[in-house]
Amino acid sequence: MGLVTPGLGLIIWMTLPFLIVLFILGRYAWRPIMKSLKRREASIDEALHAAEKAREEMKNLKAGNEKLLKEARRERESILKEARKSSERIVEEAKVNAKQEADKVLEEAKEQIHYERMAAVTDLKNEIAKLSVEIAEKVLKKELSDKNKHQELILEQLEKVKFN
Amino acid sequence: MVDMGLSSRGKRVYVVFLIFFLLIFSLGINASEKKGKTNIYENEKHEIDAEHEDFNAGEMILEHVKDMHEWHIATIGEKHITIPLPVILYDRDKEKLHVFMSSRFHHGHDSYKGFKLTEDQNIVPVKTGTLAVDESRSEPLDFSITKTAAGVFVTSILLVLIFLSVAKRYKTNPESAPKGLQSLLEPVILFIRDDVAKPSIGEKKYERFLPFLLTMFFFILFANLLGLVPFFPGGANITGNITVTMVLAVFTFLATTFSGNKHYWKHIFNTPGVPWWLKFPIPLMPIVEVLGMITKPFVLMVRLFANILAGHIIVLGFVSLIFIFSVSNAIAGYGVSVFSVAFTVFIDFLELLVAFIQAYVFTLLSALYLGMATEEAH
Repeated sequence: MGLVTPGLGLIIWMTLPFLIVLFILGRYAWRPIMKSLKRREASIDEALHAAEKAREEMKNLKAGNEKLLKEARRERESILKEARKSSERIVEEAKVNAKQEADKVLEEAKEQIHYERMAAVTDLKNEIAKLSVEIAEKVLKKELSDKNKHQELILEQLEKVKFN
Repeated sequence: MVDMGLSSRGKRVYVVFLIFFLLIFSLGINASEKKGKTNIYENEKHEIDAEHEDFNAGEMILEHVKDMHEWHIATIGEKHITIPLPVILYDRDKEKLHVFMSSRFHHGHDSYKGFKLTEDQNIVPVKTGTLAVDESRSEPLDFSITKTAAGVFVTSILLVLIFLSVAKRYKTNPESAPKGLQSLLEPVILFIRDDVAKPSIGEKKYERFLPFLLTMFFFILFANLLGLVPFFPGGANITGNITVTMVLAVFTFLATTFSGNKHYWKHIFNTPGVPWWLKFPIPLMPIVEVLGMITKPFVLMVRLFANILAGHIIVLGFVSLIFIFSVSNAIAGYGVSVFSVAFTVFIDFLELLVAFIQAYVFTLLSALYLGMATEEAH
């Protein structure tokens, strides 16, 4: 049994155990281990893919949300703008209406005043006519007595007349 | 393990250290060898009694690294505690099989059934009633379960126990995270699969050889590590035994030869890209290629054997330094022991690394050879 001469017995006692170990481990250890490692790798792979997909979806969702938000904001702005516009319009309209109304009222008032004045003038004319008639009557009555007096009387009467 | 491809600087440091320690060690061995020779000269009778025999480092180291018919566990005082191992002999002259325990030989002092155990652990026939070698009878075929064989059994049992228990967890919880022993071994298994088998053999065919490579790797690794354990049931020099490494290399050889495809054989017998006059009339290239087929596993065998054996010898050498020095002076022995133990610890760590590296290298090269044998023509 030298250091570098192979022993016959040991060849057998090495070959046999090694083959037995190879068989047992190959069948009952390496096969299930490899199978399970593969399965686990596949499941990890799958999980990673699923996570990636979820992230992608999340991103999409986020993008959708953002879009929605943007749209909503735009909508709000447009609504606000419209509201502002319509309120302005309403105010404008109201102003115009009011002005028209006021103008109308003014016109009417003017017309009224005009009518009133006309009436007053007519009344005055009537009154003057009446007064004139009365004066003429009195003048006529006094004419007969004194010419000067007539003059005086007319003046006097005229002085009395006050245009109210 | 992934960092095994140590940077070139790391490798250089490792080599320098190795050379340095080998130098120191060789000095020690030289001294002890001289001493050993005079010892043999002085004690012609070869008294086994440790008390009266001067320490012989060379003998002690060889006794530890060589295959034995008994498993020496410890020596307490003058008492040797050894486990006798079964001796299985086939007597070619009488065509008879003998099975008995090696303790029958009484360490070579007795003969049993017409055989005796020599100093070199060989079993030789003797003349009846004496211890003289009988030259007329042919030597028996020795199928004994030696210390190394027992070490192989221990390794095998350990392998089977450990990996079956690990496999059980894989079977019951195939998709859960690894736990305990499983998480220790899984990275190594994955390393062999992803960094040894896959790149060497190729994505398509690696699965066929994976069980072989894994068994090979863990067998060598466990045997290497068990060899580093200084007490029973470790300590047997398993992968530092040439028979063991030879069998492993033969397995690689057989695997490559039998899985070799057309392309592989064509490459050997009709090497492409070589001038025709190298193949005909003298088939120079085929001869070289066939030699290559044999040298590859041969190199595998020698590398593993020499690495592990050298590691054991260095460790034992450092331990023997203590005894060499203490023979001349007890105080010198104590003084040296400090350095010896320190160096032994260092070498043990180195051997731990070597245990992994050698298992890796053997497996990687086997995988590469298998890859070459199964490679498809481009």
